[in-house]
Amino acid sequence: MFLALRELSFARARFALMGAVVALIAILMVLLSGLSVGLVNDGVSGLKKVPATSFAFADGVAHDAAFSRSVVDVDAVEAWREVDGVRDAAPYGNLLVNARSDAGVDIDLALFGVESDSFMAPEPTEGEPLGDAPTGVVVSETATDEGIEIGDTLTLAQVGTELTVVGVLEGQHTFGHVDVAYVPLRTWQEVKVGASPDDVAAGDLPERTYREVTAVAVRAADSADLAAADRAAGTESLALEESFGASPGYTAETSTLLLIQVFLYAIGALVVGAFFTVWTIQRSHELAVLRAMGAPTGYLLRDSLAQSLVLLVLATGVGVGIGVGAGALIGSTPMPFALDTGAITLAAVLLVVLGLAGSAVAALRVARIDPLTALGGHR
Amino acid sequence: MSSSAPETTTGEAGLLLEGVTLQLGDGDDTVRALDDVSLRVEPGELVAVVGPSGSGKSSLLAVAGGLTVPTSGTVRVGGHDLVEANRRTRARLRRELIGFVFQSGNLLPALTAADQLRLPTRFARRSSSASERPERDPHALLAEVGMDHKADRRPHQLSGGERQRIGIARALATHPRLLLVDEPTAALDRQRSQEVVALLVRETHEHKVATVMVTHDHDVLHHCDRVCEMVDGRLTPASPATPGRA
Repeated sequence: MFLALRELSFARARFALMGAVVALIAILMVLLSGLSVGLVNDGVSGLKKVPATSFAFADGVAHDAAFSRSVVDVDAVEAWREVDGVRDAAPYGNLLVNARSDAGVDIDLALFGVESDSFMAPEPTEGEPLGDAPTGVVVSETATDEGIEIGDTLTLAQVGTELTVVGVLEGQHTFGHVDVAYVPLRTWQEVKVGASPDDVAAGDLPERTYREVTAVAVRAADSADLAAADRAAGTESLALEESFGASPGYTAETSTLLLIQVFLYAIGALVVGAFFTVWTIQRSHELAVLRAMGAPTGYLLRDSLAQSLVLLVLATGVGVGIGVGAGALIGSTPMPFALDTGAITLAAVLLVVLGLAGSAVAALRVARIDPLTALGGHR
Repeated sequence: MSSSAPETTTGEAGLLLEGVTLQLGDGDDTVRALDDVSLRVEPGELVAVVGPSGSGKSSLLAVAGGLTVPTSGTVRVGGHDLVEANRRTRARLRRELIGFVFQSGNLLPALTAADQLRLPTRFARRSSSASERPERDPHALLAEVGMDHKADRRPHQLSGGERQRIGIARALATHPRLLLVDEPTAALDRQRSQEVVALLVRETHEHKVATVMVTHDHDVLHHCDRVCEMVDGRLTPASPATPGRA
């Protein structure tokens, strides 16, 4: 580090320029990571907070649209309950709807239909849980940001079903970028078939109305043989994490962002590698002199890597600091943005490690420099 | 290679070259850069090597400094064989036994004068034997070459002569047995050349180091203990100049 630190301070303008580039990349990484986590939360936070381990969809359903296309008979719930290692199973309905509150707020909702006595029943921190009343609805805290309050009446578009907000769930519960609203399963089933309150009152809904759900929510031990259960119940189960891909737009969003991030890491490594390669070539005569003086190759390599490590850590630190500051500002806007310590740490470490890999390629030149070139009038 | 530590074996020459031949190139294009060269330099003796460009002066330094392995012959520095040693060992022997003074100093731009002297001792500190020899105080050494008042200057703030003085001090910082000096006056005016060579001679005598100086500057030869001439790879004693040392 003797030489490394002195060079950093001597050529500070050059290193500051390089550091600025790394810091800008780090800022971009933090913002992308925030956007990425924000989009994931927007897409599937409502699913993440569900106490199920798997969803059993209709057999053969398209995985990227399972929540909207799957239809499962309630008998499958019983079949799943009887499987060894399955602790619990409950019917689950999923439907995207538009609603208007009596205060005139228009809101998109992801209606989650659950039985109010099942493990899937929501546990609101404010207000009341779903009871026997068919019109009760428990909404995500994020819906209150839109202007929905306990006691509001939500009228669903087209069917005209009126729901009363009885409880609010703490934190963000969203699915496919809209707020989650839990309703009793029977109500969900009526809305699903497009039955208006008058139709329901008339009582002439087809029999299958109350037999169809989107999926079976399953709570299983790791040891449970899900494949066998699928065969028995005629379903196709996806682990909770796998089911995220069935959320609208989720796969497209995450893979686009992942691609951008991968490119950024590659650019970071290349830029740092190119800078240190030029820096090494500029100093090749000095390095030849050092080698002639008997400097051990290991010493010069360690010195070079230490130099890039100091630069990378400082620049990444500054960049992450600025990025988190900017992220906090963005976080207060409606943009889907969330700063996640784990994701930011991972991004920072990756940036430093890949930058080091880039400078390691440059450092290999150090080992190849011939000390003989130190003699004579080479300049 | 007898041991890792350069022991003080009395009677051992600072530099011993015996029948050294260096062929460069291959096939029909071979050139004898060094042709059966023998040279013995005692501790405290400064030998100047003169000769036209391309006569093999630089090759002599490269071989004596362990930068190039000769085609045949013996090279010993302070009793340590440089021909049989591998790359790694030669690097270690260079930092422990040999000091280089390059053209125009070749100092590191980022380092102050005092740090230039500290750097080689940091390499040497990595060797097991380094603890046996006390490190030379950079400021005392700078004072010796008359540069103590500029210890905090960097090379770009110094004149050519000043850089060369610091280069000499740097080469001495690790207590070398052998000092190899490559055209030290190439970038200096006449007055500075005289001063720098006189300083080299004085340091050679004071530190009992064997010094080989390659030069084309005939005006400085009167300072030297002995002068050899290199012509087409062959080294012959030249008529000694007037011994101009005190």
